[in-house]
Amino acid sequence: MQSQRVLVLFAHPAVQKSRVNRRLFAAAQSVPGVTTLDLYQEYPDFQIDVRSEQARLLEHDVIVFQHPFYWYSSPALLKEWQDLVLEYGFAYGRNGTRLRGKALLNAITTGGSEEAYARTGHNYFTMRELLTPFEQTARLCGMVYLPPFVVHGAIRMTHTAEVERAADDYARVLAGLRDGRVTTETAGSFDRLNADLTALGL
Amino acid sequence: MHTDSMLFHAFVYLAAAVVSVPIAKRLGMGSVLGYLLAGVVIGPHVLGLVGQRSGDVMHFAEFGVVMMLFLVGLELQPSVLWRMRGHLFGLGGLQVAGTALAVMAIGLIAGLGSRMPLAIGLILAMSSTAFALQSLQERGKLATPGGSASFAVLLFQDLSVIPVLALLPFLAQTAVAAPSETQAAQPGWLHALLVIGAVCAVVAAGRYLLNPVFRLIAKTELRELFTAAALLLVVGVSLLMQLVGLSAALGAFVAGVVLANSEYRHELEADIEPFKGLLLGLFFISVGAAIDFGLFRSQPGLIAGLVVALVVVKFAVLLLLGRLFRLPAPDAVLFSFSLAQGGEFAFVLLSFAVNHQVLPTSVADPLVAVVALSMALTPLLFLVNERWVQPRFARVRGEQRPQDEVHSEDNPVIIAGFGRFGHVVGRLLRANHVGSTVLDLDAQHVDVMRRLGMKVFYGDATRLELLHAAGAAKAKIFVIAIDNEEKAVELAELVQKHFPHLKIYARAAGRVHAYEFQSRGVMSFYRETLGSSLDLGADVLTALGMPAHQSHRAALAFKRHDEASLRELAKLWEDDGAYFTKLRQDIEAFESMLETDAARTYGDSDRGWDPIPAGDESRG
Repeated sequence: MQSQRVLVLFAHPAVQKSRVNRRLFAAAQSVPGVTTLDLYQEYPDFQIDVRSEQARLLEHDVIVFQHPFYWYSSPALLKEWQDLVLEYGFAYGRNGTRLRGKALLNAITTGGSEEAYARTGHNYFTMRELLTPFEQTARLCGMVYLPPFVVHGAIRMTHTAEVERAADDYARVLAGLRDGRVTTETAGSFDRLNADLTALGL
Repeated sequence: MHTDSMLFHAFVYLAAAVVSVPIAKRLGMGSVLGYLLAGVVIGPHVLGLVGQRSGDVMHFAEFGVVMMLFLVGLELQPSVLWRMRGHLFGLGGLQVAGTALAVMAIGLIAGLGSRMPLAIGLILAMSSTAFALQSLQERGKLATPGGSASFAVLLFQDLSVIPVLALLPFLAQTAVAAPSETQAAQPGWLHALLVIGAVCAVVAAGRYLLNPVFRLIAKTELRELFTAAALLLVVGVSLLMQLVGLSAALGAFVAGVVLANSEYRHELEADIEPFKGLLLGLFFISVGAAIDFGLFRSQPGLIAGLVVALVVVKFAVLLLLGRLFRLPAPDAVLFSFSLAQGGEFAFVLLSFAVNHQVLPTSVADPLVAVVALSMALTPLLFLVNERWVQPRFARVRGEQRPQDEVHSEDNPVIIAGFGRFGHVVGRLLRANHVGSTVLDLDAQHVDVMRRLGMKVFYGDATRLELLHAAGAAKAKIFVIAIDNEEKAVELAELVQKHFPHLKIYARAAGRVHAYEFQSRGVMSFYRETLGSSLDLGADVLTALGMPAHQSHRAALAFKRHDEASLRELAKLWEDDGAYFTKLRQDIEAFESMLETDAARTYGDSDRGWDPIPAGDESRG
C-alpha cells in the first residue's frame, strides 16, 4: 500500500493545563510525513479560514482529530471547524464528494478510565457509541471512520513513564496510518487502535 | 423716531415675522400664511407701518426664490432631473397652453376678442414657485409624485417666461410696438448662443472650478468666508443669467443641479438655507403688504369673483392633466391645489404687457390684486386639501401611501469625522452594505476620500443646519469620531438636544474624555487606542510563549474588567470631578487604574478546561 498523507488537527483550549495532550501533540509533530496543526494557536479568535482548511483537507488522506473528550465531544473550536469547513457542496450533499475515500479518526484523552465507558460504568455508553456523531459525520462525507486512539485516565498519569508510553504508542499509530498498515481491513474490528499494537504489527 | 430708517423697517419686518409665524404655526396654518398675515397687518391698510417701500422690499426679497431654486437644485441629482423630463415638458407645456386656451375661450364667449384673453391667459398660467414650493417643502410633500409633478411644472413655467415675453408684444391691441426693446439689438440666433454659452459656463464652472475654489476657502477655516463664497456663487449666477435674459431662478437651479454631487453640497445647503428662509419670509410679508385692499373695497364682487374664477379654471386644467398623466388621485389633487394660484412672474408680465399696450391699466390693476389674493389663498387651499380632501382618499384606500421618491441619501448612519478613526468605521459599514453620510472638516481629506469613491461631505458637524442637511432627522445612529475632544462633547450635546432619537456612538480620546461622555449620558464610547493596545499586548504574550487563544482571552478579559472599572470611576469623577484640574484628573485616573489592575484576578473563567481532580472521574 502506498504511503498515506496524514493530517493531525489538534484542539485544546488550554494546552498549558494538559501535560498529556502537550506530549501527545509533540509526538505527532515528531513523526515524519505527518502534518500537524494546533487549531487554537492558528485561530485564537475562532476566525477559521474555511477555504485554506478545505485545501488542507484535499492534500491529505487520513484526518486525525486530536482533542480532550469534553462533555462526550470535542472542544468548541473543533466543533466550529466541523460546522464551517465540512460545507454542503464540498463535504456532503449535491456535488459534495471532495472528501470521499479519505479516512477519519479521533485521538482522544479522557479523564475517566476505560471501565467507566461501559454499561456498568458511570458513563454508561462505550466510547464507540459516544463517538457515533463523528462516525456518522464521516459516513455522510463518504469517509472511512477508523476506531479511535484513546488515552484513558489521562489525569491520573502521574508517572512520566505512562505519558511517554502513550506518546510512543501515538507516534507508532500515526506512522502506521502513514504507511498504510492501519486500515479498516487491519483495525476495523478494534475498540481502540492502541488496545493491542502488536496485533496491528506496529 | 424716523419711520423711514432702514433699522426701523428691519425691525418692523422681523418683529412681524417673529410674532405672527409662531402663532400661525400653532394654529396649524403653516409659516407661509403667517408671513402673509403679518404683511397684511403691517401693510398700508391696517397699521400702515410700511407703505411705499414694500414694492422695493418685494423686489429685493424675490431673491429668496432664487435661493430656494438653488437649494432645490442641490437636492436634485442630474439623473433625477432627467427622469423628470416627461413631466417637465409634457405636463408643464400642456399646463401653460391649456390654461391660456381656457382663459381665451372664456374671453371669446364673453365677447372680448381673442388677443387680450390669450395674453391674460398666458400671464395667469404662471404659478407661484415661492408659495407652492415652500408649502410643499414644509409638509414634506416635495418628494411625492404630486410634489415632483408640481415642481416640474413650475420649472417649465420658469423656462416659458422667456418665450411669453417675446410673444406678448404681438398680442398688442394696436400692433405697433417692436418686439422687446431690450433684446432688439441682438439677432435671435446670437441671443440663443449667449444663453447656451452662459449655461455651459455655469456647468463647466460647477464641474471644474468650484471644488478647487471651495477647497481653498475651506482651508482658511473662516466660516464666514465660506458663507460669503456661497452667496457670491448664487448672486453671480443670477447676475449672469439676467445678463443673457434668462430667469435668475432658473440659472440658480442649474447651478444647484451641477453642484448636487459636490462634496461641499451640505455645507452650501447649510449656508444658504437661513438666507433663503429669511428672504422668502420677507417676500411673503411684502406680498401681504402689497395686496390692494382699496381696489378690493371698491369692487369686492368683481375681485372676489375673478379670484375664484382664476383658481377654479387653473385647478380644473391641472386636475385634468394630472389624471391624464396617470397621477394617483390624491397626488393629482395635491398637484392641482399647489399650483392653482397666480405667480410672481405675473406681476412682471402684467407691467410688461401694460408697457407694450397689450393690456390697459384698467384690466391690469385688478389682475395684480387678483394674483396677489390667489397667492394668499394657496396656504388656505393646502389646509383645505389636508383637512377635508386627503382624509377622504385615505379612508377609501385604507391608509395606502405612495412610495417616497427620496433625492437625498437616506443613510441610517451619520459619521462625523473621517480621519484615522472614522474612516475605518465607515469602511466596515460600507463593506457590510450599510450606507453612511460622512461629515469632515478637513478639505483635503474629503477630497481624497471622495476620489476613492466614498460619500464624504465637507462641513463642521457642530453646526445644526449641517446636521439637518445631512439627514439627522431620518438617521438612526450618529457616530462621533472627530479629533477635537471638546468639540466631540459639544457635538454629543447638540445631537442629544436636537435629535434625541439618534443613538450616539462616540470615540473617546482617553479616560477623562470617556468620563465626559458618560456624565452626559453617552454610554457607547470607545477609547481610541484601547483596541490596538490590547491587540499588541496579546501578541506580545503569544510571542513570549503563551498559547495564542490564552492571550486572546486574556486581552478580552482585561478589556471587560477595564471597561467596567472605567464606568465605575466615571461615577466617582462625576461627583467631584469639577474640582480637579485636567492634569490632576489624568494622574488620579492612572493611579486608580493601576490599583485596580493589581487587585484583579484573572483566569477564573476557564476552570471548565481544568483536569478533574484525580480520583474523581465524573464527566468524560
